[in-house]
Amino acid sequence: MSNAPAMNPSALHLQNLACMRGGKTLFNDLSVVLEPGHLLRITGSNGAGKSSLLRMICGLLTPSMGSIQWGANSIHADRDFFHTQLIYLGHTPALKGDLSAEENIIAAGSLSGDDITSSMARDALVRSGLGHLASKLSRTFSQGQKQRVALARLQLAEDKPLWLLDEPFNALDQDANEALQALIKAHLTRGGMVALSSHQVVALDQIDRVVRVSL
Amino acid sequence: MSASLSIPKVMLAIVRRDLSLALRRKNDSLSALFFFVVVASLFPLGIGPEPTLLAKIAPGMLWIAALLAAMLSLGRLFADDFQDGTLDQLVLTAIPLPLAVLSKTAAHWISTGLVLTIASPILAIQFNLDSQSMGILLLSLLIGTPLLSLIGSIGAALTLATRGGGMLLSLLVLPLVIPVLIFGAGAVDAHQAGLPVDGHFYLLSAMLAIALFFAPIATAASLRIAVE
Amino acid sequence: MFSSSINWFKYAAPQRFYALSGTLIPYCVAVAVIATIVGLTIGLLIAPSDHQQGESYRIIFIHVPAAWMSMIIYLAMAFWAAMGLIFNARLASMFALALAPTGALMTFLALWTGSLWGKPTWGTYWVWDARLTSELILLFLYLGFLSLHAAIEDTRKADRSAAVLAIVGVVNIPIIYFSVKWWNTLHQGASVSLTKAPTMATQMLTGMLIMTVAFWAYSFAVSFYRCRTLILERERHTAWAQEAVK
Repeated sequence: MSNAPAMNPSALHLQNLACMRGGKTLFNDLSVVLEPGHLLRITGSNGAGKSSLLRMICGLLTPSMGSIQWGANSIHADRDFFHTQLIYLGHTPALKGDLSAEENIIAAGSLSGDDITSSMARDALVRSGLGHLASKLSRTFSQGQKQRVALARLQLAEDKPLWLLDEPFNALDQDANEALQALIKAHLTRGGMVALSSHQVVALDQIDRVVRVSL
Repeated sequence: MSASLSIPKVMLAIVRRDLSLALRRKNDSLSALFFFVVVASLFPLGIGPEPTLLAKIAPGMLWIAALLAAMLSLGRLFADDFQDGTLDQLVLTAIPLPLAVLSKTAAHWISTGLVLTIASPILAIQFNLDSQSMGILLLSLLIGTPLLSLIGSIGAALTLATRGGGMLLSLLVLPLVIPVLIFGAGAVDAHQAGLPVDGHFYLLSAMLAIALFFAPIATAASLRIAVE
Repeated sequence: MFSSSINWFKYAAPQRFYALSGTLIPYCVAVAVIATIVGLTIGLLIAPSDHQQGESYRIIFIHVPAAWMSMIIYLAMAFWAAMGLIFNARLASMFALALAPTGALMTFLALWTGSLWGKPTWGTYWVWDARLTSELILLFLYLGFLSLHAAIEDTRKADRSAAVLAIVGVVNIPIIYFSVKWWNTLHQGASVSLTKAPTMATQMLTGMLIMTVAFWAYSFAVSFYRCRTLILERERHTAWAQEAVK
């Protein structure tokens, strides 16, 4: 499926992270190391801070305490470069309703500095089983379809070491669920890293390269 | 896998995306335009249709109408992206965030401020402005409306996390754009009084240059705060 | 870069400031009261009446110090807000928020006394002169700061957003002042300026300076008090705060 070369990125170090939201401390003194080829599996009930932790890793949220290092440097050291090394798919599928699925993928890619052509975008959609939606406007899609279009970006993100996925299995049917797990496994095999939050139990949890964080 | 885009190409991609969105949803541009026209028409209705009086107040009045229309449209600069999650992606951009913000602001100006500027001569006719004054007005708006968009983008970013919405944005931004109003409308006034207008345009241009540099930085900082 | 390292102002700092300001407030109040008495005595009784404006000019003993304080407080507010933003120092942000209402009050006082001065002198309650107009815009900037802060639910987000606004305001103030001044000279020609103070007899200047000290001490006292209340409110989950309110 993928013929991207293997990667050897730096490790991700989370040190003494603390998160306070609305006056409550969600988590305190959280320290984790995520090595290449490993999966960071974040579990917890709603409101426990799973999304907050993912947002801290990509730099959208500043931790109340602690630091995050990518290799030897803080993630804030060269922010723009760090952004080219990751792809963050948040809770809401980030699609512009007035753009087609294809246009959305191209636009999202350009923000990361990737020159994604029309055929590449279409290709990714086809491989995700969404070829028929390529030229349709996103606001006509169901929640599940939107989620899958957002996830189709992963097909084109094989060269980005760090994948940050917030509840990616939401609204996916069985087939799409398995396809995503295969995609993630392939990324891990290549040496990439994935941080994933989900309140569902997935087969991925059974692989041996998993670091678990329970909030 | 995919080739890399240079910074200018990414900026252009952002501008094109936002312009496509603006074109597909002509609503926002047209609302701003209609608002401009309606407010401009209110003044004679409120003050009286006396031609010489109208010609005298026209510059200030048209400028204020443009200002208010711009304020109204600014609320949409980041709000949609904030709602549908694409603002996160913008903040995670691989180019410096101020440049991405500048691109969005430019696209926004093209779809609102520029439209108002182009429409202004037509409104100016209603107010008996001579053609030379119309030209000065057009030029002042051409330099002034980008300034409004730039300074307004700071307010738009700051008010993302608020419940206040449009009113609060106007309260925050209007005091800051008073200099633009003074020199913009002042240019046309000066021309009508037979005084030179160079000074006004130099100052407006200087303000624009400063805003082009500093406003995106302030807006970027505000966006980072808002998405947390 | 600073935000990911240790919080400089750890929990102890608001507590220490609470204690410190508590001891300082009585002294500030004392200075304010004494200075006001002395200042007003000079202003109302000792300073001679102006040969042009008679007795009505005496309002400058409140108008000018209030105007000065309105500017100084805005600068201080922006400074502390910036410190709170850059160094993630909660106490600095709290102090900025505590200063804002007093600054707005000073601005309002300057506007009101300016208006009262205008009536006997020029027959109108309001003149669009450069200084008064700038004061009015300054009032809008204060109101903007307070409104933005109030409109954002998350406290830290509110602090930081308002800080950006304050910094943008500070940078803008010279530009606004310059453009308003220019606007004023153009439209009114050789107009009288409300703030063209009568030639200063020494007693007048002394009186104004003493009143400024009084306003300054008052501002400190009130801001400290407000800040202490903010601290208690924000730290209410800590043991020392709960002890303090008993």
